[in-house]
Amino acid sequence: MLELKKLTKTYATGDQALKAVEVEIPAGQVLALIGPSGAGKSTLIRCINRLVEPTSGSVILNGENITKLSSSGLRRARRTMGMIFQEYALVERLTVMENVLSGRLGYVGFWRAFLRKYPQSDIDEAYRLLDRVGLLAMADKRADELSGGQRQRVGIARALIQDPKLLLVDEPTASLDPKTSRQIMRLICELCAERGLAAIINIHDVALAQMFVQRVIGLQLGAVQFDGPPDGLTPEVLTAIYGEEDWQATIEEVDEDDLENESAAA
Amino acid sequence: MSTATLSDVGLDDRLGRAWKKPHFITNPVLRYALLGVTIIYLYLAVNSIEVNWARVSEGLVRGWEFVKAFGNPDFTSRWTDIREGMIESIIITIASTVVGIAISIPIGLGAARNIAPLPVYIICRAIVAISRALNEIIVAILMVAIFGFGPLAGFITLSFATIGFLSKLLAEEIEDMSRVQAEAIQATGSSWLQWINYGVQPQVMPRLIGLSIYRLDINFRESAVLGLVGAGGIGATLNTAFDRYEFDTAAAILIIIIVIVMALEYLSGVIRARVQ
Repeated sequence: MLELKKLTKTYATGDQALKAVEVEIPAGQVLALIGPSGAGKSTLIRCINRLVEPTSGSVILNGENITKLSSSGLRRARRTMGMIFQEYALVERLTVMENVLSGRLGYVGFWRAFLRKYPQSDIDEAYRLLDRVGLLAMADKRADELSGGQRQRVGIARALIQDPKLLLVDEPTASLDPKTSRQIMRLICELCAERGLAAIINIHDVALAQMFVQRVIGLQLGAVQFDGPPDGLTPEVLTAIYGEEDWQATIEEVDEDDLENESAAA
Repeated sequence: MSTATLSDVGLDDRLGRAWKKPHFITNPVLRYALLGVTIIYLYLAVNSIEVNWARVSEGLVRGWEFVKAFGNPDFTSRWTDIREGMIESIIITIASTVVGIAISIPIGLGAARNIAPLPVYIICRAIVAISRALNEIIVAILMVAIFGFGPLAGFITLSFATIGFLSKLLAEEIEDMSRVQAEAIQATGSSWLQWINYGVQPQVMPRLIGLSIYRLDINFRESAVLGLVGAGGIGATLNTAFDRYEFDTAAAILIIIIVIVMALEYLSGVIRARVQ
């Protein structure tokens, strides 16, 4: 259903974030993408919906080459790919309902969106999703009034109201406590199963990934280092992906470099 | 004892001893030399001023007249002129602020590097630079030369000045916005306009409102000055009053200006507190 062919991204600074990545994902498969910070996980996910423009290679979604699409074609393709973000990325000054409904922007015209006059079916679906993630009572609260876990649930509802075929999930639990992290991962995986969605989940927490997914891909320096079932992650494999232990000390720096590169490229 | 040797002193020697902040200039010779030079310069400088005491006393008398006029402002004898000037100033202020904001928003969007393509960015930044380079008075003189005396010149001048101010600050606010919030809206497949409406506007709106009210305040004060070069408004009335030595009328006009500016200041405080 999704096929990445020789996907390569070289940033303006010359850093090669992705080196000819080849991945094929069947419909309905939930996949975890692990690897150290700076391995290209975020870049890979953003190249699929072209928030980051890939340098070469192709992304084939249901037989359509995303990398070749015009801007209007890309907008149509983005509707079928819901995205969930690390820091929730809700528009903080909008209400919960507006945030959820913004997932329908690809389907409604400018004036409808501007006047917040969404079709009744969209509004009903928004309420249904908010109820499913347990936030129906919060519909008219402003997004910045919610806790981290609640915000991420709104983020999930926003992605699902797009009626996507594929979920791109970027570090969904990175800023959450361990219990909320599990709840969020469980919710994402349950919803994927309910709706038959494929998902790519970037995740730092290897143990958490093993708990919920069917397949794990390990990225290291922009190349696929491991691709297999979660129980195939032996200590040797993890060492191959993450490298030496004292690597941890530089994680923060790499994260910031990564962000700068992306903004330079955007 | 100098600080250099103190740093070699151990804890036992330091205990019980007074502490003084090290001097800004550590070298004592340089320190006292600089002090001496400053004193000599000040002495020579004060001596070089020639004071015409006759003119000072004359000025003091006139100044005192003015101060007395403030105690007894005359709103009535030129009331028609004051009222007309005020209404003209208020019309100039509101019209130029509204038009200025309306033009500033698209230019501000174009002048934000993170959302505008390079050619648009360069053009919009150039407009901002031109508007900011020219002082209001200079533009007003130019506009009076082109459109003649009157409020039209003032209106165009202040609209033009508003564009430079508001577009620049709006563009900077957009450049500082949270990228990931805007990215999330982009990822839903929104069009460009929808993206601006959902991803960008909510993030910059409180600042835009605050800046607009601040600009309204500035435009009102400027409209009082522009009258001096013939661009209409209360400034023209004020200028006439000074020319006629009618300090009591001038005082009345100044008091009205101060009251209006204070009211605007209060209003902007209230509104900005509410839009967060």
